Amino acid sequence: MKLRIKFSKKGPLRFIGHLDIMRYFQKAIRRSDIDIAYSTGFSPHQIMSFAAPLGVGVESEGEYFDIEANSVTTADDMIKRLNAEMAEGMVITGMRILPDNAKNAMASVKAASYRLNWKEGYAPEYDLSAAVARFHDQKEVTYVKQTAKSTIERNLKEAVYELKAIDDRTVYMLVDASSAGNVKPGAVLECLAGFYNREYNSNAVQITREDTFTDSVDGVFLSLGEVGETF
Amino acid sequence: MRQLALSDEILMKIEKPARYIGHEINSVVKDKNTVDVRFCMCFPDVYEIGMSHLGIQILYDMFNRFEDTWCERVYSPWPDLDAIMREEKIPLFALESQEPVKNMDFLGITLQYEMCYTNILQILDLAGIPLINEERTWDDPIVIGGGPCAYNPEPIAPFFDLFYIGEGETQYRALLDLYKKDRAAGISREEFLRHATNIPGIYAPACYEVSYDEQGIISEFKPKYADVPEKVRKEVETNLSDTYYPVKPVIPFIKSTQDRLVLEIQRGCTRGCRFCQAGQLYRPIRERDVEVLKQYAKELIENTGHEEISLSSLSSSDYSQLEELLLFLIDECSKKKINISLPSLRIDAFSLDIMSKVQDVKKTSLTFAPEAGTQRMRNVINKGLTEEVILDGAKLAFEGGWNKVKLYFMLGLPLETDEDIAGIGALCNEIAKVYYETVPKEKRNGRVQITASTSFFIPKPFTPFQWAPMNSQADFREKAYKTRQGIISQLNQKSIKYNWHDTDVSVLEGVFARGDRRIAKVILDAYKSGCVFDAWNEYFHYDKWLDAFDKNGLSIAFYNERERSTDEILPWDFIDIGVTKAFLKREWERAQRGEITPNCKEQCQGCGAAVYGSGKFCFE
Repeated sequence: MKLRIKFSKKGPLRFIGHLDIMRYFQKAIRRSDIDIAYSTGFSPHQIMSFAAPLGVGVESEGEYFDIEANSVTTADDMIKRLNAEMAEGMVITGMRILPDNAKNAMASVKAASYRLNWKEGYAPEYDLSAAVARFHDQKEVTYVKQTAKSTIERNLKEAVYELKAIDDRTVYMLVDASSAGNVKPGAVLECLAGFYNREYNSNAVQITREDTFTDSVDGVFLSLGEVGETF
Repeated sequence: MRQLALSDEILMKIEKPARYIGHEINSVVKDKNTVDVRFCMCFPDVYEIGMSHLGIQILYDMFNRFEDTWCERVYSPWPDLDAIMREEKIPLFALESQEPVKNMDFLGITLQYEMCYTNILQILDLAGIPLINEERTWDDPIVIGGGPCAYNPEPIAPFFDLFYIGEGETQYRALLDLYKKDRAAGISREEFLRHATNIPGIYAPACYEVSYDEQGIISEFKPKYADVPEKVRKEVETNLSDTYYPVKPVIPFIKSTQDRLVLEIQRGCTRGCRFCQAGQLYRPIRERDVEVLKQYAKELIENTGHEEISLSSLSSSDYSQLEELLLFLIDECSKKKINISLPSLRIDAFSLDIMSKVQDVKKTSLTFAPEAGTQRMRNVINKGLTEEVILDGAKLAFEGGWNKVKLYFMLGLPLETDEDIAGIGALCNEIAKVYYETVPKEKRNGRVQITASTSFFIPKPFTPFQWAPMNSQADFREKAYKTRQGIISQLNQKSIKYNWHDTDVSVLEGVFARGDRRIAKVILDAYKSGCVFDAWNEYFHYDKWLDAFDKNGLSIAFYNERERSTDEILPWDFIDIGVTKAFLKREWERAQRGEITPNCKEQCQGCGAAVYGSGKFCFE
């Protein structure tokens, strides 16, 4: 059966990249004796799918991966066993059984919510709530991304579903995180800073992903952690 | 959560920040206020290389079992971070506490290859520890070296306070106890170092003086003080089944170079290949009990969750319980879906059967190490592998479905002739021939792929070839060219690929391997002119090294190309490894006559290592 596992990633471990986090969980799952299913062949690997990769340096309270399990006990027991194997900063916060026809974690992702907080010793160089209001007032907010080969333009108004200032140093946003249209939260801050002819300093802001979402039938985003059944 | 030594800004800017943040599973964090001794273990190369090394994991585990000691780790900061640390004056820090290395009581540096010597200076420099031992005070940690290169510590002697000669399991406890006692007694650093020389295996370079004759050959090497021993005897762990073993090794977040669990099955080797330093240094041969190894394997798998396990030893095929161990591992690992990475095994029906069980035959290659192209040359080096054995092994393998073969050779061996070099191509051709004769056309999976690699022979201390001249760079290049010519003139040359090593690094490695104390100045000057990470091609600057030799009036040829007289005082003569100089001399003479010497298993050769009283074949 398919299980969805939710975890948070904070502290020094935010400097561990996505591929290494996958390897980290493969080992943790072996240590905790979770009855995971393996592929066949000379080098069998665990059947596992991660939702949205998290950038290096970003913290998260809503990360997900799915595994195929041969058997389960209870979610509480399995969470406890996995948590006994976690490094400081990683916590397993939930586990559910997915319906057989559920899309895997990666294919499910449609949106993600973020909290962006100016670190100690730094402050925004403009008024956050005014900047957010200006964002909402505009019909189009164009983000221009320069890559080695081309220039990509994106209207952020279509990709930012929610944006609000929580206080004078914290912004909340819900943005497109689908594989085709993923928006980096820093891009939004770049545009806000751009309103005031300022540069966005990525070192000044701690980004925390709050949760990852899929789309539901009624058009409301549904947390990946709410798909499936508790056990 | 422990504060990181590096700011977010720096960590986001550098390559692989995970190298510097610690926090790995199974790393040990203690309360610094409850320990008496803080020890920092260093592998002077980048994290991924250092984390692949079993020796450090053994000592890390041992030290941390001592209640009064906290052992941490440090590796060479990669050049990107090195530049930032110098610019922003960030002192080198240990991974666990993220505190400066300078705060430690000991800095232990493992010396696994000669080309890491400038990295030692980088470590000391970034830590803010004076590079030269005599300039240090009690504000600096005791800098202690160990590992294979410590068997000729002279080229780096001025950079170290102490060297530990031999296996670390035996005398570190005594050294820490002496340190605690002397510190409590308020004794000077110099006096502590002098006391330490009375612990077996401990060498304090500053307590010895060396003089040279007009040719530059050592005329005298002696202790400065009456209570300092003249000879330092190598330490040996006599019972491998009842000692420290890291069953909870630290697991890196990022992939290390050898990303697998390691079971060390034995130490030492009975084969007596005359070019091989490890074969002499780690005598006598000692096996680890197979039941102990099974237990370790189970615990390692449980404690790490690793997906691969491998065996470590100089010659795994010689381990007496290999079959039992491998069958156990295959069973245990298939239950837990763990890959077994096999070491190089002697190719026979048993090993091929095992290999076909754990690897995809189509994807893997077989390895032979004939080391030389003709039987005459193999007799000179005492490599007991005949052409017949190689061809029989290859035939068996081809029948089993393999079609990739790797062959390792050395160029520049003592007494080598053009015939021996031509023999390399000829042997490769014979193997290809065996393939085409053995495997019928319809069963062939393309052409047989033979890869021949040559390295340049570097004479090492404590081998019968320690007196032998090493080839010059020009010789090496010519020999590599001749090898290539020899290969492309073969009928089956299209099936043979040839690789050879760079010569510049080999030349320096030769000087460091057999150099004396005067070489330290060359290393220091090369470091000051920007040399570091010399083992990495992209950072190796041969011209800077040549300048450093010139500046110090020292000649590479003096160290490499001269045949040493067996009466000469060698820089490492003060070390006693059990194996006697008389035995090595006898072997050097037999080599010159092309005589082979039997394996210890067949007949004791009286090498001297029996004094340790623990060799498996020393008393049978």
